[in-house]
Amino acid sequence: MSKTDFGPSIKSRPVYGVLSPRPGSSHLIVADGEGGAAVEALFAQAPEMKAKAHLIYIPGANGTDMSTAMAALGAGQYNRAPTYASVRSRIVKVLGDGHMGLQVYATGTESLMGQVQRDAMEAGLPHDAVQTEHRGSLARRVQCVHCKGITENVTTDPFVCSHCGLNLFVRDHYSRRLAAFQGVNIDAEDPGEVPPAEERFK
Amino acid sequence: MSLDDFFHDETFFGDYTFKNSPRAIKRFPFPFPEDDYMYSVNMEPHVPGRPGSVFEHTFDVDEHYVAEMRDRARVLRDDPLRCQSLPHMTLAGWDLLELIMESFARDYPQWFSLTKSGNQWHWINRPLNIDQKFTFLDESTLPCGPMEYITRQAQGDFTLQDQRNDNLWIEAGMVTTQADWSLDFDIGMSFHEWHAPVPKAHEMGVFDRALKFLLQLQHGAPVRRFNWTMTVDPLLDTSPENYPKWGPGKTTLTKENIGQRQHLRVELQTLFRLPRSNAIAFPIRCYLCSFEDLVTQPKWARRLHRVVRDLPDELATYKGFIRNRPLMVDYLSQFDDGAPTSPGWWPDE
Ligand code: HEM
Repeated sequence: MSKTDFGPSIKSRPVYGVLSPRPGSSHLIVADGEGGAAVEALFAQAPEMKAKAHLIYIPGANGTDMSTAMAALGAGQYNRAPTYASVRSRIVKVLGDGHMGLQVYATGTESLMGQVQRDAMEAGLPHDAVQTEHRGSLARRVQCVHCKGITENVTTDPFVCSHCGLNLFVRDHYSRRLAAFQGVNIDAEDPGEVPPAEERFK
Repeated sequence: MSLDDFFHDETFFGDYTFKNSPRAIKRFPFPFPEDDYMYSVNMEPHVPGRPGSVFEHTFDVDEHYVAEMRDRARVLRDDPLRCQSLPHMTLAGWDLLELIMESFARDYPQWFSLTKSGNQWHWINRPLNIDQKFTFLDESTLPCGPMEYITRQAQGDFTLQDQRNDNLWIEAGMVTTQADWSLDFDIGMSFHEWHAPVPKAHEMGVFDRALKFLLQLQHGAPVRRFNWTMTVDPLLDTSPENYPKWGPGKTTLTKENIGQRQHLRVELQTLFRLPRSNAIAFPIRCYLCSFEDLVTQPKWARRLHRVVRDLPDELATYKGFIRNRPLMVDYLSQFDDGAPTSPGWWPDE
């Protein structure tokens, strides 16, 4: 069971668990922001996995930066990356090279976990092969259903699409393939009538 | 009757010249067997129905065929993402092509013909002026993939579901006449995931039971069901992608124009197990009828009034007509004298 209470939702909305060490020949661990604390807890349970671990850490978009602590954890391979987009090709390579015994862990924001799951699926792993644990910000990755552009770190509802500028409301409908929630124009029927943005995904 | 006399030259967009003939109104698949409506696992065998009805044949080809195919081509020109097929779905696309070509040629020999010599097939579609020789199961012999090829020649949307891990996965589709859902967003989802936005039905167990039933669907034993919603103006492409373009139309409905502009939108959905791929094909055929034409059948007028009036708010909101419901009820109430209605959906003779 997830430690974060997301409240009741619909069936396409992903659910997350708690990371637990699984035996494996190697471990790919991807974390952002507060997810660093879940990596600490994971390593505390199974210190023997550190040597075989490839840890990738991305400071949170909300400013949380645990990179000093992450660098000191003693992972066999450690990489600090500025954004998921910048480190994606590296993750895809590790997933592609991965042998049967590769274990994959993702923790932090939904955006981070969703993208790791998407890339794992594209590499041929089943989506539930990735262990997840939500930590920190509730910010969402949202696809505009109109222009198809994805806006990262959406914290308010409604928000303005960073690509086409339409005012979008954020649905719980979620696509694993896109690793994104869906955004739909809120003032299509009454142009200009946009309710004030509420901080729903802090 | 020549081809040009039967098939309308009309539009589903812009000037909206779409119109149902008296015959089309009479055979409109009115979807309400009773005076109220709630979701249920409403599936029945898709067997040939009354001659002249939309159930007479496996696929109904009607007076709007040519115009609908033109409209599909227009939508695809604007947005090619309306037709997508994940790489492993090509075989299911061939299964679908075979099903449609064989059914059309058998049921409408005056318009379509299919001749085969082994895998060398010759397809003629007279209404659309198509004459195509190709090798079955060889993609390089068609101008595009098999699903796209055949669904550019068949009315209604189509999705193809792969079956694995005791679930169905929507992994290919041609979707240009949809009631406000996005193939581009939903492609790759499982049965409960793509149905996630539907209110109430999950809690009622409708989707659990429907999925269980579909996993057992047999080749040669297709089933059918209805779905319905409301659309202002005869617009086939009510996509979420284009919602900013068609959404404003909902606000311009008035007491004076509602009869002509408000349409009941009915989907005749059929489900076929496909023989080679074991996928399930899901044709979603959309029929539109204006309120003004519907109320020419007194039974339908009475019943539609009662259904729209009493529908739970959650459903009216989900179907996108809550803001116009008072106008609709007002208009329809003129045609409801309170008399009882006969069971079933056929109009009274
Ligand atoms: C296997 C093929 C099927 C596909 C691809 C499919 C697809 C869809 C989609 C995309 C929606 C719109 C969801 C949204 O709001 O985003 C929908 C709605 C719905 N579906 Fe299905 N469906 C299938 C089979 C069924 C079956 C067998 C049932 C039987 C109970 C069913 C019942 C419903 C209901 C009740 C709705 C809500 C419709 C409304 O109120 O307008 N579906 N379906």
